[in-house]
Formats: sequence, C-alpha cells, structure tokens
Amino acid sequence: MSLVFAGVCSHAPGIVGRKDRADPVLRDGLYAAFERMRLAIEAARPDALVVIAAEHFANFFMNNMPAICMGMGEHYEGPIEDEAWLGIKRTRVPGDAQLSKALIEEVMNDIDLAYAQEWKFDHGISVPLHFLTPRYDLPVIPVNINCQGPPLIPLKRCYEFGRALRRACAALPQRIAVIGTGGISHWPATPDSGRINEAWDRAFLDKFIGNRREELLAYKDEQTWREAGQGGFEIRTFIAVAGAAEGHTGEVWFYAPIPIFAVGCTIAVMRLRHEDE
Amino acid sequence: MSLYAVQKLIYQLNRDPRVREQLAQDFDGLLAQYELSEEERNAIRDPDIGLLYVMGVNGQLLMHYAALRGFGWNAYIEAMREGERKYGPVRTGLYTSAGSRS
Repeated sequence: MSLVFAGVCSHAPGIVGRKDRADPVLRDGLYAAFERMRLAIEAARPDALVVIAAEHFANFFMNNMPAICMGMGEHYEGPIEDEAWLGIKRTRVPGDAQLSKALIEEVMNDIDLAYAQEWKFDHGISVPLHFLTPRYDLPVIPVNINCQGPPLIPLKRCYEFGRALRRACAALPQRIAVIGTGGISHWPATPDSGRINEAWDRAFLDKFIGNRREELLAYKDEQTWREAGQGGFEIRTFIAVAGAAEGHTGEVWFYAPIPIFAVGCTIAVMRLRHEDE
Repeated sequence: MSLYAVQKLIYQLNRDPRVREQLAQDFDGLLAQYELSEEERNAIRDPDIGLLYVMGVNGQLLMHYAALRGFGWNAYIEAMREGERKYGPVRTGLYTSAGSRS
C-alpha cells in the first residue's frame, strides 16, 4: 500500500514528567495538538506506526553505535526510565517482526541499516506513544538515528533514509504511518536546560513544512550546536520524515517554547496526497 | 581519559536492574569492574554530579544517574552549575565551551 501518515512531534521527558510545572495554557494546547495527531493517525487506518526517534543511550552505546537502527522485535518494552520520573508506566508495546523484516529488506536496497530484535523504549518513543497510541494497540516499529554520540550520520543520509522508507512502504501491502520525534533547538539535561531558540526553531519548521530539501540539508552540525544546542542534532529525525514525505508539504499544528519541558514543543504534519496508493 | 568507562557504568546502571542491585549491595565491587581513575570513582560514589558533568558525562546519561541517587530536577540542574563554579568549564565531550550561552 503506502505511507499513509507522516508527522513529527516533540518527545521531551518533561512533557509528561514535569507536566504540573508548565504554564497550563501552553501545556493543554500541546496536549490538544497531540490528541489531534492521534485522531489523524487513527483516521489514516495504519497497520503499523514507524517511530523515528533519537534515543538517549537506552539501547545503543559507544561500544557499538549504529548510525541508523530499525527494530525487528515481536514486542518492545518501555519506558526504560523510572516510571515516577517520567510519569509513564512501563508496559509492553506490540511490534510486527515480519513487517519490520520486510521494511528493513526493502530499505537496505538504498541504505545500510542495523536491526535489533530487542529494544527498550526511552522517552524518545514512550512520550509520543503515551499520547498517540495510549492503549498500545497499534504495532510499533522503532527506528533510531544516532543524534547523541558523534560522529553522527550526515543530514543528507537521513533524508535518503526517509526516501528509502517511503519506497519500502510503497512496495508492501500494509498501510504505514511514520512519525519523527525529537527536539528542535534545545540544551536538554545541561545547566542550560530550558533555553530555546524560538527564531531558529520557526525558521527550521518553515523549511520542514515546505519540504525544501536543499535548505534542510544546508544545516551544519557545528552551527546547529552553537545556535540550537546539542539537542538540535535531533533535527535528523525531522529530516528523515521530510525525506519520507518528499514532494509533499505540511503544516505546523502546534509550536510553543515551554522552558520547563526544555524544548520548543512541536506538532507538525505533512499533507500526504496518496498518489502511490 | 576513562570518560568512556564512566559513561559505560552509568549506561549499564540506567538500563539494567541487576547493576543497580549491585550498586546497592557492593558499590566498590561494581566500581572495580571499570577502568576508572580515583577522581572518577569518587565522583560516582559520592556522587558529585557537578564533577561528572564537568568531566563530560553526557546529560542523557547523567540525569538518570542523578535521579537514581535522589536528585530532583532542580537539584540536578543546580549540581551541574555548582560543578562549573567549583571545577571550571566542561573538559571534554559535547558540552565543552557550552559557552555559547548568552
């Protein structure tokens, strides 16, 4: 069938774990946008949800760090973090090993991938799922793009991964939804936590929803680090979604800096025209 | 030099309940399994969250170790600030010259 949904959202742990400390108007606006995204995914009737996340040393470490890894498990578990700290109860999340294998085999025609039959979700996936599949009844296929431990995969390869994923979806009978999760500018887990470069975020989001490939790929890590923090490296997940939605544009459903969540909270969705159905 | 080992210990603590159990039962035995300098061993044992930050431990690892050792969110942030005041700028890793602060 094809890709039936493509969007991006924030995944910061504070979004649930520190929810009581945020401006309630902004928080509730974010939560409403997550709910709108949940309904949109539901309306797209996907058979599985591919979550392209930037994980944070839950599964992958500098002893064997894949640039991109895709899950191939029957099921997964998460969150790995302390339940009280994150505000999300640990649970088993269904996967679809067969579909994963088929997607991986297709994607590998274009992009080298690692795969993992075991995967513990951290907030990068568990926070979005908490809002988007709260009953944990939709099979999830996790993808990690290493955004934490340089050297990092170049942005153009992230876009290519997204394109390869789109081709893989088109080659299979299932209906696939994809979301990218991550921050835009942010300095998480540092003394600068809460700092957000709103102008940088808005400029990036404008390029993202316009799906202007050349402009998205023109970002350089050194500059991103200076202007958008080390958390800005997570634009890789958004760029992969832009690649998956190549030829389509989108819209921002929510953006607001919420410092106690340590990120400019974002929900944006690509308008897919299902020409390849 | 052994920042890798410090981070690996914290990584394994974060993801493996059995390693956390060993921390509770035999902290020194756990530390002995990693190639750590005395400064690193002490910083982990104390814990000196500020020093671990200045050593270059990635915050995505450190914030969970801080939580494990009883630091609330504000205390964690303050511990890193105190570390910079006490030990100077971050020595290596992603946060060196995090001086882009304005």
